[in-house]
Amino acid sequence: MALALQTFATVKDANAALKSAGTRYLGGGTLVVRAANEGDVSVSGLVRSTDPALSAIGVGAGKVRIGASVTMAQIARHPDLGALAGAARAVGGPAIRNMATVGGNLFAPAPYGDFTVALLALDATVATDDGESPLETFLSRRGDSPAIVTSVSFTLPKAGGLRFLKVSRVKPKGVSVLSIAVVLEQAGDGTVSSARIALGCMADRPVRARAAEKALEGKTLDQDGIAAALVVATEGAAPITDPIASAWYRAEVLPVHLGRLLLS
Amino acid sequence: MAKVPVQFTLNGSEKAEFIDSGTTLLHALRDKIGDTSPKGGCHQGTCGACSVIVDGELRLSCLTLAETCNGATITTTSGLAEGGVLHPLQRAFLDTFATQCGFCTPGMIMAAKVLLDHTPNPSREDVVEALSGNICRCTGYEPIIQAVLTAARGNSQNAA
Ligand SMILES: Cc1cc2nc3c(=O)[nH]c(=O)nc-3n(C[C@H](O)[C@H](O)[C@H](O)COP(=O)(O)OP(=O)(O)OC[C@H]3O[C@@H](n4cnc5c(N)ncnc54)[C@H](O)[C@@H]3O)c2cc1C
Ligand code: FES
Ligand code: FES
Repeated sequence: MALALQTFATVKDANAALKSAGTRYLGGGTLVVRAANEGDVSVSGLVRSTDPALSAIGVGAGKVRIGASVTMAQIARHPDLGALAGAARAVGGPAIRNMATVGGNLFAPAPYGDFTVALLALDATVATDDGESPLETFLSRRGDSPAIVTSVSFTLPKAGGLRFLKVSRVKPKGVSVLSIAVVLEQAGDGTVSSARIALGCMADRPVRARAAEKALEGKTLDQDGIAAALVVATEGAAPITDPIASAWYRAEVLPVHLGRLLLS
Repeated sequence: MAKVPVQFTLNGSEKAEFIDSGTTLLHALRDKIGDTSPKGGCHQGTCGACSVIVDGELRLSCLTLAETCNGATITTTSGLAEGGVLHPLQRAFLDTFATQCGFCTPGMIMAAKVLLDHTPNPSREDVVEALSGNICRCTGYEPIIQAVLTAARGNSQNAA
């Protein structure tokens, strides 16, 4: 089925065009064109903007701003974004990474959205022409508004400050059984002063593991210190079931992988 | 539906066509322009048979809209042989029996070409990673990996 594509120089004009029924924004197209190829007739028109700001990566004073049209491959090879390269390389194979955008990843339903899991642990904010909102709030309302995401911003973690793990059955590019991203701050004595843990495939979209984050505070990163956090790791989770794994399996193996990541 | 113009360089020659808006690059190449080297396997991004090189980057033509390639430089496997002489990758695929039914071969060769363009002496791991988005149902992959490594060795001999 053919989809009419409209291209606009500005995000403002593209946002206006997205108001008509049946239109969707086109990022890299890896999900939205695939849906059309599979016979999804709910989308009859695609809209995109070629505004150069959407393709820009800005790094300065410890802050990062990544335009929504930036691809996973561009992030993976950016000299200042080494901390995120692992999460960007976790998305698909080489051709998918050349196409898949950050903006599109924010909308990707589980088992996809691996990069968004990393952004959630980084406490990123999401910008549209209407303003910025925390990624967690954005995800909880995902799909309510057709507004174009223009960029994501976050504080650049120190080298190794973002721990990321994607568990998949097919190596190197299988779809996620689950993905986990962790950002920890530690006090001088090595105890955890704050933790952000984000999980993929534990719901239809990336979620924070709040109970586990709380249980880690004040603890040391050893088997005993993390035990309480692992017990509550799946609290509030509603893992997906798909051909890769059942919800039961995902919930069973999450604490094992989270434990390994925390002790790595 | 209104037709839209697309223009790009395909394997060194200028192409201009009027297509339906929303036509995939795979469809435009195969059914409008007549280059049937990219194959339509899954149309879902999962098999890699439709892989082509757009401005130096590997792309899945089944998920790329042709209109987004206006002004681009596109390479497909049919453009690799020069004056009837096969490209070293094509030669290596034949020599190592890396092609059986052949359906995956053009996509594999595109993925391998992008790898060798950037990394002339890849490790085995580099090859496995570069081909990780391409599925082959016949060969068991090993001959394909050997083909790419063989072509790369040819590269390094030429350079020496
Ligand atoms: C074979 C294959 C393997 C994959 N493997 C992975 C994987 O391992 N991990 C993973 O996370 N994902 C994976 N994906 C899913 C997908 O490629 C990625 O999630 C990608 O980041 C989606 O981005 P896109 O630009 O291609 O999105 P598109 O398909 O362009 O868009 C997806 C959705 O987001 C909306 N959208 C896109 N950009 C914006 C924007 N700026 N503002 C508002 N709305 C927007 C679109 O309207 C659409 O509804 C895979 C896909 C395929 C086909
Ligand atoms: S036909 Fe494009 S990836 Fe299978
Ligand atoms: S040779 Fe038949 S699919 Fe690869």
